[in-house]
Amino acid sequence: MDFSLSEEQQMLQDSVAKFVHNDYDFESRMKVVKGDDGYSKDHWKLFAELGWLMVPFKEDDGGLGGSAADLMVVMEEFGKGIVIEPFLTTAVIGGGLVAGAGNDVQKGELIAGIMDGSQQMAFAYVEPQSRYDLSDVTTQAEKTDSGYRLNGHKAVVLNGGIANTLIVSARTSGAQTDAEGISLFLVDADAAGVDVQSYRTQDGARAAEVKLNNVEVSAANLLGAEGQALPVIESVLHRATLAICAEAVGAMEVAYQKTVEYTKTRVQFGVPIAKFQALQHRMADMFVEHQQAKSIVLMAAMKLDQGGEGAAKAVSAMKVCVGKAARAIGQEAVQIHGGIGVTDELDVGHYFKRLTMIELLFGNSAYHTQNFAQL
Amino acid sequence: MNVEFSSEELAFQEEVRKFLKEKLPAKISEKSKNELHFTKEDFVQWQQILAEQGWAAVNWPVEYGGTGWTPTQKYIWSNECAKVGAPGVIPFGMSMVAPVIYSFGSEEQKQRFLPDILGSKVWWCQGYSEPNAGSDLASLKTTAVREGDEYVVNGTKTWTTLGQHADWIFCLVRTAGSDAKNQEAISFLLIDMKTPGINVSPIYLLDETREVNEIHFDNVRVPVANLIGEEGKGWTYAKVLLTHERTGIAGVAKSKENLAQVKTLASETSHFGQPLMQDPAFAQKIAALEIDLLALEYTDLRTLAAVSTGKAPGPESSILKIKGTEIAQQIDELKMEIAGYYAIPFVKDQFEYGFEGPMVGPGAAANSAPSYFNHRKTTIYGGSNEVQKNIICKAVLGL
Repeated sequence: MDFSLSEEQQMLQDSVAKFVHNDYDFESRMKVVKGDDGYSKDHWKLFAELGWLMVPFKEDDGGLGGSAADLMVVMEEFGKGIVIEPFLTTAVIGGGLVAGAGNDVQKGELIAGIMDGSQQMAFAYVEPQSRYDLSDVTTQAEKTDSGYRLNGHKAVVLNGGIANTLIVSARTSGAQTDAEGISLFLVDADAAGVDVQSYRTQDGARAAEVKLNNVEVSAANLLGAEGQALPVIESVLHRATLAICAEAVGAMEVAYQKTVEYTKTRVQFGVPIAKFQALQHRMADMFVEHQQAKSIVLMAAMKLDQGGEGAAKAVSAMKVCVGKAARAIGQEAVQIHGGIGVTDELDVGHYFKRLTMIELLFGNSAYHTQNFAQL
Repeated sequence: MNVEFSSEELAFQEEVRKFLKEKLPAKISEKSKNELHFTKEDFVQWQQILAEQGWAAVNWPVEYGGTGWTPTQKYIWSNECAKVGAPGVIPFGMSMVAPVIYSFGSEEQKQRFLPDILGSKVWWCQGYSEPNAGSDLASLKTTAVREGDEYVVNGTKTWTTLGQHADWIFCLVRTAGSDAKNQEAISFLLIDMKTPGINVSPIYLLDETREVNEIHFDNVRVPVANLIGEEGKGWTYAKVLLTHERTGIAGVAKSKENLAQVKTLASETSHFGQPLMQDPAFAQKIAALEIDLLALEYTDLRTLAAVSTGKAPGPESSILKIKGTEIAQQIDELKMEIAGYYAIPFVKDQFEYGFEGPMVGPGAAANSAPSYFNHRKTTIYGGSNEVQKNIICKAVLGL
């Protein structure tokens, strides 16, 4: 049994940690959050230069191996700085779908661009009515002479307003919730008929409502086999779930540590509030929750790298455990900080917000509890 | 023991319903329905309508313009208001400073201040907390040093809710022994916000709204006539106020409405082909909360009944604060769960009246996360829930 990181993973961790520590202070982050671009182009360039955008890809695709464990290492460090740059949407999800479903031409065109930082991706799969049901797709892809015509409304498309290429799920056959008949399409963000309404998210990133109104795409834009997209979507979103859970572990670590530090300096009733046992026990609980979350993310990373049938169940177990820990630690961090914890000016509230949103992404705790019970 | 409404009470309920139907302005009702932000004008307009009806000061004694309502009438009133989304009366003037003025103020102070509070002509804010005096309020450091007929006030007050609108502020200040930490050095002072030397700076909360402020006092000269009662008695006055004015703190009526809304939303939300409300796991979460709320409603009623027989609610009101805020926060969590992905977008302007841009997601979903974030304050303010537990330990359990 060995839980230690490899030398390469250790180096990767150090390099991301150094970036977050040196270049990602809270004030600079907030400037980006409230700015127009929604992410820092300089940071993105740096991510490419340091090879981080290659992490999610296999060596065959020109990447660094693409293990879930590597991904976990990067995301946990990102979580410590609640990094908002769209690594998840572009490299993990966008890149994952292209690598998992694309043909050589599509891979050749897109993966190199993702890795060198020139390509931004978004996956448009959620719909206003779909909630967490991945097979609930009403967006239609109608066959034309030269390809397909897309119509539909995609909701809360992460990075939707930033991406130059959208990957859109649409139905080429079947009824609204059939597992079969879902296909993926590569769509230029500025193609005719694509309406992108971009907005900020609660946690400071960007997302968009994407409306497709008679969008014509060529047959070459079909990503993967027609009607057979669900398995690849599931598999990529498993990795994405691992990524945000690892991010949550990093964010929780900072949230509980900042809380402990704060209680040592905040004096009420003549003593630092850290002296109150009522608060000490609650902070001990935060530590315990964080450790549990860290363990289960490791477990899920190993199961994903092993592949096989246990992966889906492991992902659900992870999401539930992390969701519970994220809620508890986020709420307690704010509560123990008191008034300053609910202000926009202190970082701890922003960790709380991100942790809250992670619980909602890719299936909330209720969804994954049910999933776990059924698998 | 009896909790059935009498025929008089039923008639009163009808009267209230009729009044709300006729008098609640359409714009306020619309904002409430769509969960948009109220402005100062909305509050003032509604409170003045209430004043005209004689229903603004629910808890005041009749002689000063109060309603003289029984606990049951107050219960009916808050339930009916919550049902139609009528805004609550801003508490700082009506429920917080006014009782101190009519209980401990001079005749002149009563005549000077109470009518304008009743008629919502003057907006009050509260100057209690300080940057280093939160849960330990008695350690406050703002000083008021007497010079002739004036006090010279220096210090910083914080978490001043809606202080940006305020004409007046009521403050706890230290009038003697600025280093002494004894509560006998604290006095209750009323200060005109237009006095030179007062500076108000905003604090934005997690939903980016400006609800609270920091207020700086730099050699602010306040007439001695603005002192309530005696020097050094401020802490006593504030404490009496805190234990007497806790009716409504449980927020039962509002939570009942919110829970009803949660049920409606869950019935309208499809979850793997059936309404989310029919998902057994979700239905059980709602049931658990509803049961908790039902118990709280009766705890609230017991307290209300005790107050009406002349007993101060005392430390039992801490139960209302703790359970009321926890339940309300749990309802917020359910709303976010129902919203799913549509809790994620943050279109700030969408919560302002007259927003013309395209809406993102259903209204209730859009507000679910900002409300959840914003309402974390409720277990922190008004004596944090930890402080409430300290009160129970000390005053009830004798620990």
